[in-house]
Amino acid sequence: MKNRWRVLENKIFVRWLSIAAITTMVLLLIFFITLLISSWPGIKANGFGFLWGKTWDPVANHFGMFPFLIGTLITSFLSLLISAPFSIAAALFLGEFYPKGLIPNIFRNVIELLAAIPSVVYGFWGLYTVAPLVSKLEMKMHMPAPGVGIFTASIVLSIMLIPYSVSLIRQVISMTPVALKEAAYALGSTRAEVITKVIIPSNISGISAGFLLSLGRALGETMAVTILIGNSPELPHNIFSPSYTMASVIANEFTEAVGDVYLSTLIEVGLLLFVVTTIINLIGRLIIKKVSY
Amino acid sequence: MTPYEIRGLQGRRIKDKIFTSVVWGLTFSCLAVVFIILFYIFKMGIPSLNWALFSQGPKPVGESGGGILNAIVGSLIVVVIAAIIAIPVGVSVGIFLAENRGRKLADRVALAIDVLQGIPSIVIGIVIYVWIVKPTGKFSAYSGSIALAIMMLPPIIKNTEETLILIPTTLKEASLALGASYFRTTMKILLPAGIGGIFSGCIIGIARIAGEVAPLLFTAFGNPQLTGSIFKPVDTIPKVIFTYASSPYDDWHRIAWGGSVILVSFIIVLNTIIKIFESRWKVQF
Repeated sequence: MKNRWRVLENKIFVRWLSIAAITTMVLLLIFFITLLISSWPGIKANGFGFLWGKTWDPVANHFGMFPFLIGTLITSFLSLLISAPFSIAAALFLGEFYPKGLIPNIFRNVIELLAAIPSVVYGFWGLYTVAPLVSKLEMKMHMPAPGVGIFTASIVLSIMLIPYSVSLIRQVISMTPVALKEAAYALGSTRAEVITKVIIPSNISGISAGFLLSLGRALGETMAVTILIGNSPELPHNIFSPSYTMASVIANEFTEAVGDVYLSTLIEVGLLLFVVTTIINLIGRLIIKKVSY
Repeated sequence: MTPYEIRGLQGRRIKDKIFTSVVWGLTFSCLAVVFIILFYIFKMGIPSLNWALFSQGPKPVGESGGGILNAIVGSLIVVVIAAIIAIPVGVSVGIFLAENRGRKLADRVALAIDVLQGIPSIVIGIVIYVWIVKPTGKFSAYSGSIALAIMMLPPIIKNTEETLILIPTTLKEASLALGASYFRTTMKILLPAGIGGIFSGCIIGIARIAGEVAPLLFTAFGNPQLTGSIFKPVDTIPKVIFTYASSPYDDWHRIAWGGSVILVSFIIVLNTIIKIFESRWKVQF
């Protein structure tokens, strides 16, 4: 009797493991279906013009998400551009210059602390420190100076991306075959030459994947951007203009959305965000997997 | 050697020096940013830490004082429920991945988990809204917990898997050879041997969700009243920071800074625990 129970519990356990694993795997698919079904009224009402429609007027039931699309793309790419030199330098410092030892270990932990600060605290900090600086800059350039806008959001976002991209790029860089580096040194190359002509070119796909994954994170970053971007559903004139991103329009308007079409239109924005980040993450992960074996 | 070559060599050396100093400079500015941000948060927040912050609920606009007791309790409820949901599932999936390593299915599951980690948290909030909040017709703490539990899964799974594959197969085989079932072997041999790594995965998961607001906006929502019920909407510390930070009142900003210090200190403490665990309790054979 006891034996039979043990066989049974074992069977249940093995079955449970597979069920848990497969459920986690199809979770993404379930997400997609959920979002698609609940955004269907919006998709039907808005049609394809939704993507490049320039006016967002919930009162008139007129929805075009082009301003958010532009706001999201500019903010993400700008923040990636600002953080790139810092991430590459810190990744080289920790992965190539000083891969081991106490001091680099401390440095690594300190940079990882950036990931410990919640998004909303970044936004609050940016509102108090970065926004006034940007406002001063705008005043010098004789522009309207609200302080909040694409540029402010991008600066804070770029700081948030650093720990993430540093750890990805450092991993890639430290996997460079030693023989390759030593061959270059034996030919008389300086360290700068080894890095720019051997390490970076031979890891270029891994490094790009690291930036791609950081881009995915920037696209979906919500709270800090919502606080700092100025929340204006107009097309931005320049990089200082207040704007809106896809994530922040959802964050701001979702609970206040009245009517089925409005709500499902916001879910449609979420669906788009989901599809784009899924594709970006899938490609990035596959590249990283390919280079690490 | 011709002078030309010497100049070339010197030029290359100078370039190398410049390159090295640029790398140093940029790395140090990253470190400086960390200290500037943390210093600012603590400078603004520490003066607003007082007993009222921990023991009182919010006061109406205009009255000074008040605290975030409701949000502290709410955060605890939401995070603890999320951990209770995520840890058993995450550890199970981790065991599955470690046991089926190299098989196609396990590879796909692992890839799906990596992608899941990159899904914006606000999208997870929408999905849970559609699943739970819309059918039940009200915001609730447990719906927020489910959203956070999904975000917690990837680190728990990764850490469990990575810890379990480090445990030598001889240990498992010895247990199986003694007649223990696979279930008993996992429970009594594998999990205890890897408990350090699994535990640190759980802490990483908690650290990841403790500061999240986006998935809670349409699930746990917010509630100025103190409540212990998981079926009611609750406030959480990060949500209060968001609400107060977007308000024009100085008093509310002060409370938001206090909340920021509590939240950041909590997450830094968790990170420190993880580091200690990783260095002391790492599986070693």
